[in-house]
Amino acid sequence: MTNPAPSNILPGLRFRQRFPLLALILERFVLSIVLLFAVSILIFGGLEALPGDFATTYLGQSATPQAVANIRQDLGLNRPVTTRYVEWLGNAVQGDFGTSWASKNSVSEQIGKRLGNSLFLAGFAAVISVPLAIGLGMVSVHFRNRMPDKIINVISLAAISLPEFFIGYLLILFFAVKFGMATFPATVYDSMGFVERLKAIALPTATLVLVVLAHMMRMTRAAILSVMSSAYMETAELKGLSAFRSIVKHAAPNALAPIINVVALNLAYLVVGVVVVEVVFVYPGMGQYMVDAVTVRDMPVVQACGLIFAAVYIFLNMTADILAIIANPRLRHPR
Amino acid sequence: MNDYTKYLASRVTAGGLSRREFMGRAMAAGITLAVADKLFTESAQAAEPKRGGHLKLGLEGGAATDSKDPAKFLSQFMFCVGRCWGDMLVESDPLTGAAVPALAESWEPSKDAVTWTFKIRKGVKFHDGKELTIDDVVATLKRHTDKKSESGALGVLGSIKEIKADGGNLVLTLSEGNADMPLLLSDYHLVIQPNGGVDDPLASIGTGPYKLASFEAGVRATFEKNKDDWRTDRGYVDSIEIIGMNDATARIAALSSGQVHYINRVDPKTVSLLKRAPNVEILSTAGRGHYVFIMHCDKAPFDNNDLRLALKYAMDRETMVQKILGGYGKVGNDFPINATYALFPEGIEQRVYDPDKAAFHYKKSGHSGSVLLRTSEVAFPGAVDAAVLYQESCKKAGIEIEVKREPGDGYWTNVWNVQPFSTSYWGGRPTQDQMYSTAYLSTADWNDTRFKRPDFDKLLLQARAELDEAKRKEMYRTMAMTVRDEGGVILPMFNDFVNASTKQVKGYVHDIGNDMSNGYVATRVWLDA
Repeated sequence: MTNPAPSNILPGLRFRQRFPLLALILERFVLSIVLLFAVSILIFGGLEALPGDFATTYLGQSATPQAVANIRQDLGLNRPVTTRYVEWLGNAVQGDFGTSWASKNSVSEQIGKRLGNSLFLAGFAAVISVPLAIGLGMVSVHFRNRMPDKIINVISLAAISLPEFFIGYLLILFFAVKFGMATFPATVYDSMGFVERLKAIALPTATLVLVVLAHMMRMTRAAILSVMSSAYMETAELKGLSAFRSIVKHAAPNALAPIINVVALNLAYLVVGVVVVEVVFVYPGMGQYMVDAVTVRDMPVVQACGLIFAAVYIFLNMTADILAIIANPRLRHPR
Repeated sequence: MNDYTKYLASRVTAGGLSRREFMGRAMAAGITLAVADKLFTESAQAAEPKRGGHLKLGLEGGAATDSKDPAKFLSQFMFCVGRCWGDMLVESDPLTGAAVPALAESWEPSKDAVTWTFKIRKGVKFHDGKELTIDDVVATLKRHTDKKSESGALGVLGSIKEIKADGGNLVLTLSEGNADMPLLLSDYHLVIQPNGGVDDPLASIGTGPYKLASFEAGVRATFEKNKDDWRTDRGYVDSIEIIGMNDATARIAALSSGQVHYINRVDPKTVSLLKRAPNVEILSTAGRGHYVFIMHCDKAPFDNNDLRLALKYAMDRETMVQKILGGYGKVGNDFPINATYALFPEGIEQRVYDPDKAAFHYKKSGHSGSVLLRTSEVAFPGAVDAAVLYQESCKKAGIEIEVKREPGDGYWTNVWNVQPFSTSYWGGRPTQDQMYSTAYLSTADWNDTRFKRPDFDKLLLQARAELDEAKRKEMYRTMAMTVRDEGGVILPMFNDFVNASTKQVKGYVHDIGNDMSNGYVATRVWLDA
């Protein structure tokens, strides 16, 4: 890719030569779009293949064949899959995800609210956990193999080993049931004030912080340590730089790429992977919304959730890649 | 004082029972006049219902996909929400299950029970201030009986041929006689809405004791008191908040920390733990719901009645109730009716676990090899454990059961009503007729045991149009015996509805009609500070 080529052959190559960074970013971007498109096919196809359809699942035991037929007719389920896919994608690109089959509400509107809730919780957890994880990672490198390092390690290992619902239950047991300090359930609703909202999400936020903290912290520690063992760090030490200065100034920038990666991964997890936490704390976010919809095969909702989850994941990964490339020039020239 | 009189007394306290009604029922239950009189005075004086307060319920069963349209009520959450803001024409008596007036003041059948005339109550106002008229009633029923309707009540009302207004009265003409018509109108989908809800099915405007203040599907619903309620014996609290809580542990934590006053669906496995919480009361109500093992009567090897009998005798019902329901239930007798139904056929011998008889019938059936039973956790709570328990009790009778665990997703489409031997559950129905018509009539859509008997069908239709109760009871007895001895259903247990509240909640009515005090919990209880 980076072989010097005669500048008069291909205009694309010339652009790539002149703006290698911009070209890489664009490439990543286009790749992401293609990926998202592929995912949309997978989502639609996968849902088609699910056993049971909306009409029978939704009506359950109170269904009569008449009612089932009415619903199928109503929703146009008799039309071919490809027609329905093209129609759906066309509308989705314009931000219109149709109406929920079950509740007849606009999916976009519902998702707006739910995604807002999810992002609020995830954002709040991220604001606390990311600086905390990186800070603790550096502290632990600084005190490597001494008491503070060991304490941080043991606690974070314990937190990562417990499933999140268990951490959630423990927090509920102590802070809500035993001491009555925290608000539970963490149900938020439209007319709720900001401060009230913050109080309501205290416990789920704490759970999420505990769950993602360890992963990010340990990755930070490992990345910095691996840089520390390299030759130029030895030089820095021989130069007589203080330990703290050599970590912040020389080791950290070189360890940024893996750290950014793990942070992005955990951010994505905070948005799309918190179903269990949402259920345990009765928090009306995207995860809960999607689970409800899958249960009754409310396809427009499931499809929309799937696509948005995929988009969040792809976007965060793309951002991580791009940031890593910017942070570490060596990544611009893959061997 | 036994449970029944205790309950009667609580109804008096709740203002739901007049002196005359109380005396009649208490004496029927074997209490002397003097004692009944004293009891009534005491209960009437004790703790008058308190008004006011904010009631919070944490309920399982809400989903983001819930619709506010009563025709599409399906979840437990919406069932309860609908009962707060809406009224039906008819309600069912919490004790006897008989039809009692609501928006219909009284009714009168024709001799053959084909034409029914309902007198509609006057002076009832909708939440928007408009008065309830006969046109609203007619429009509501028409919307739910439209062949193109997606209403959950469509099946129930299938026999209605004509709906019309006659002065202030509603006149229904049926395709065949049905003595249970009033009870059918107590179905929770049939909320009377302005103009039948045709203009805006999602408006949630009704005649109920509470007005819907805010609603977020599957998350939360709040209510304000309807100051113009036409009844005074309900709607004690000022406002209600219903929160959707699908996680069992979350519900228990919310109740025991006092964040909600009432929760539904308490897992029998955790009842004993919850009981230890100082401020919690367990509310267990006998119900009509039952867990079943269904065999297709028309598929080998289950087309052999001896094999079916063998499998019935090999079921250890007592153990099932103890192990699977934690004792919160009653043993079944292989027909889908229990004492909570009006006209329950009493005195039918209880079938018990009998490995010898099972072995005898098994041998007689000539079947050999294992029998494949399909099950899944979604069939009913503990279904997989129940299947394994059953496998053990069959072993003692020399019958080998192979248990196959199916995925929960798609169980109702791919296994139930498709495979010849599987586990399932049935919720109760308001009447015996409906229970049999839904699942045991030859032509029934959900005849999941493939029980096809012309004599049974004939009897069912006869009983349906029979207005003489004694004759009807006798017919139901014959039908129960047929299903018990020749049908394809093994019915080990009826499950209780297990709910829980804090001790501030008073006046809870153990309604045999359905779960959560037949959905009326929020409108019937009051809060004791």
